[in-house]
Amino acid sequence: MLGKTAGGLYWMFRALERAENTARLIEAGFRIALTRSTDPDGEWRSVIITSATQQGYDAKYDGYDSARVTDYLLRDLDNQSSVLSVIKQARDNARLVRTALTTEVWMAVNETWMLLTDVLKEPVPETDLPEVLSIIRQQSALVRGALHGTMLRNDIYDFARLGTFVERADSTARIIDVKYYALLPSPSLVGSRMDNVQWEMLLRSVSAHRSFRWATDGDYASANIADFLILDRRMPRSLAYCAATICENLEYLEEEYGERSESLVLARALRARLRDRDIASIFDEGLHEFLSSVLGDIARIGIQIEQDYRFNE
Amino acid sequence: MCPAERSASGPGNRVALRARLVNMLSMSKGKTYFSEMTSDTGVRDPYQSYDAWFAQQDNARLAKKSEEAEVFFRSTGITFNVYGDEDAEERLIPFDLVPRIISGREWDKLSKGIDQRVRAINAFLHDIYNRQEILRAGVIPVDLIAQNDAFLPQMIDFSPPGDVYTHIVGTDIVRTGEDEFFVLEDNARTPSGVSYMLENRETMLQMFPELFSKIKVQRVSDYPKNLRKSLEASAPKNCEGRPFVVVLTPGIHNSAYYEHSFLADQMGVELVEGHDLRVVDGHIAMRTTRGYRKIDVIYRRVDDDFLDPLTFNPDSMLGVPGIMDVYRAGNITITNAPGTGVSDDKAIYSYMPEIVEFYTGEKALLKNVETYRCSEADSLKYVLDNLADLVVKEVHGSGGYGMLVGPTASKKEIAEFAEKLKAKPSNYIAQPTLSLSTVPIFTEAGLAPRHVDLRPFALVSPNGVEITPGGLTRVALKEGSLVVNSSQGGGTKDTWVLKE
Repeated sequence: MLGKTAGGLYWMFRALERAENTARLIEAGFRIALTRSTDPDGEWRSVIITSATQQGYDAKYDGYDSARVTDYLLRDLDNQSSVLSVIKQARDNARLVRTALTTEVWMAVNETWMLLTDVLKEPVPETDLPEVLSIIRQQSALVRGALHGTMLRNDIYDFARLGTFVERADSTARIIDVKYYALLPSPSLVGSRMDNVQWEMLLRSVSAHRSFRWATDGDYASANIADFLILDRRMPRSLAYCAATICENLEYLEEEYGERSESLVLARALRARLRDRDIASIFDEGLHEFLSSVLGDIARIGIQIEQDYRFNE
Repeated sequence: MCPAERSASGPGNRVALRARLVNMLSMSKGKTYFSEMTSDTGVRDPYQSYDAWFAQQDNARLAKKSEEAEVFFRSTGITFNVYGDEDAEERLIPFDLVPRIISGREWDKLSKGIDQRVRAINAFLHDIYNRQEILRAGVIPVDLIAQNDAFLPQMIDFSPPGDVYTHIVGTDIVRTGEDEFFVLEDNARTPSGVSYMLENRETMLQMFPELFSKIKVQRVSDYPKNLRKSLEASAPKNCEGRPFVVVLTPGIHNSAYYEHSFLADQMGVELVEGHDLRVVDGHIAMRTTRGYRKIDVIYRRVDDDFLDPLTFNPDSMLGVPGIMDVYRAGNITITNAPGTGVSDDKAIYSYMPEIVEFYTGEKALLKNVETYRCSEADSLKYVLDNLADLVVKEVHGSGGYGMLVGPTASKKEIAEFAEKLKAKPSNYIAQPTLSLSTVPIFTEAGLAPRHVDLRPFALVSPNGVEITPGGLTRVALKEGSLVVNSSQGGGTKDTWVLKE
């Protein structure tokens, strides 16, 4: 496979994952701002920080509110991470790697691009927001379904999955890091209303408020939530799950190519950091410090994958 | 068709359609153009079965089919990009659901003529880059080659494998009467449109399977397989094992990118860009996830000028630095060969009857359109005096850009064009306005005649010439228009060659 093709697949699926994560983030922000928060603008600010777009946003706008934040994250082409931008990137990459995709995957991406370009042509009024966000989620599911249902399990699939899980790991780590203070075990605040709001925001941002209840018997405690999002390998957006999947796909590649890769060494190290340990030891290490260093690990793995598989000249 | 649909749209609709066709028949009386479906006495033979089927259809169903086809084209992404048109970055070429039908007998004649012509072109190219017998014999003026930008000195004294220069040719043909076929352009550089030939057929098969069980149409679907075989057969002589073939595209922003990816996909070969390639140990190699891999044949869809920044345009980011050295060393096959443009510009075109005769010893089977070379004083005078009746084209122009269609141009346009012509006469040729044949298209009101041309595709390899039965029919969708180019609002049709 061409190195460029591997890179195109990787970035195509990073972009698709980012679109979905951004939509989920807006959804959580919207819900909390609407129903729970005493400081809705503060929630929107944290949405912007989590999406790693604060610099661009602040350069453009003064202050945070629902209309401007959702517009910036959904439609603004100046924002390289807006849903509209990343869907275009995903589709451009899909065209670039067209010969590596099944017709089903290609058509799903192309239709997603056509549909979202149309839906996001005008600013989305608040009344339409839930529907638009659900379209984004559905289209994302359509592409994923086409990938799982029709693609050969070979290196093409591995690069697609690597893109998805590097992006997802990065996103989950950011989501937790922005709210890490709400997860710290602090006796005075336990069970307070503020914590509950923050916890719900966290869980909703990864579409896990319901699965958390099932998995933990609804035991809302900061340690449980942190454990669920960081270490629980049943949870498909947890850091441990992402790291394990990245390792898995890099192992397939190593096997198929018969060459050792430095990225797998790095990924295994990350997986080890997230395995066989309990959340208390992470709190001891310092949650924020821990998350920062995990974010660094993820970035290094991403760069190493690009080098190992010759995405660029 | 299910009974419910029948009753929903009613027989009245079909009667209306029928009436429309009869209308066309009467319209074609006293016409100034050749109608391929109808003649003065009724429906022409090749269209008989189709006409019988069509009479059973109703308008509403066909209109729905037509919409479905458009949705299908959009979601498959069969689009083309229009240069300089930011708003509509990607457009669909409109597809018309009425096929253009050619009888087996007509096709035999056509394909023999194309075969003869592509052989002559390859012999001509070999001669021009080697002994130049045709210049010595004084059959064509030396200036036409010496002053030709498309002539590449780098190709002198070099022979590609099998002496094949134009591996893929898309000859543009127009029809003006029952037995009147003319070649309009030879397109020996990097002709495009073959993906539409294939997708149009695929779409027709999906939409109207019953038609194909009733009417026996020659297959076009072998084209990708044949293309790959033909490219492999053109590999360098020293190539060991199965030749490794790639398609080279300028990238996703090129107007024909869809076709490049389609062909690579259909052949099962890699689609590469210049920056994926480099010279490694005297060969061209592509950067894979596991390092560089040697390649043997490049089907390039990049123009000569951009092929090698070390040899041609130094600013080109689309090519491969050093590829011309590898090529001349016989370690890579480039298809079509660099420098084929010297055989298909519009000035050389005017000498094609002589060229065919010079190399084959036979009269050209396909006619040339009468062509005035504006570089010649007498011709220039005639052209200037008759601009309103002529079509004037740039010698190196393509895509319907930069041309004047006299009969439909305004006085002002003609006057402006006359100035350009006088400023650089050798840049232009002129031809009489041909009354292109018509084939009906489907409109909301029923069938309506529109002018068409035809681009069949020929594959040339050391093993011979292979022409896919059919080709791309382009159709001017505007009533009365003679410009069929997609960049100028033309559409396409499926092209049927009947089995007989």
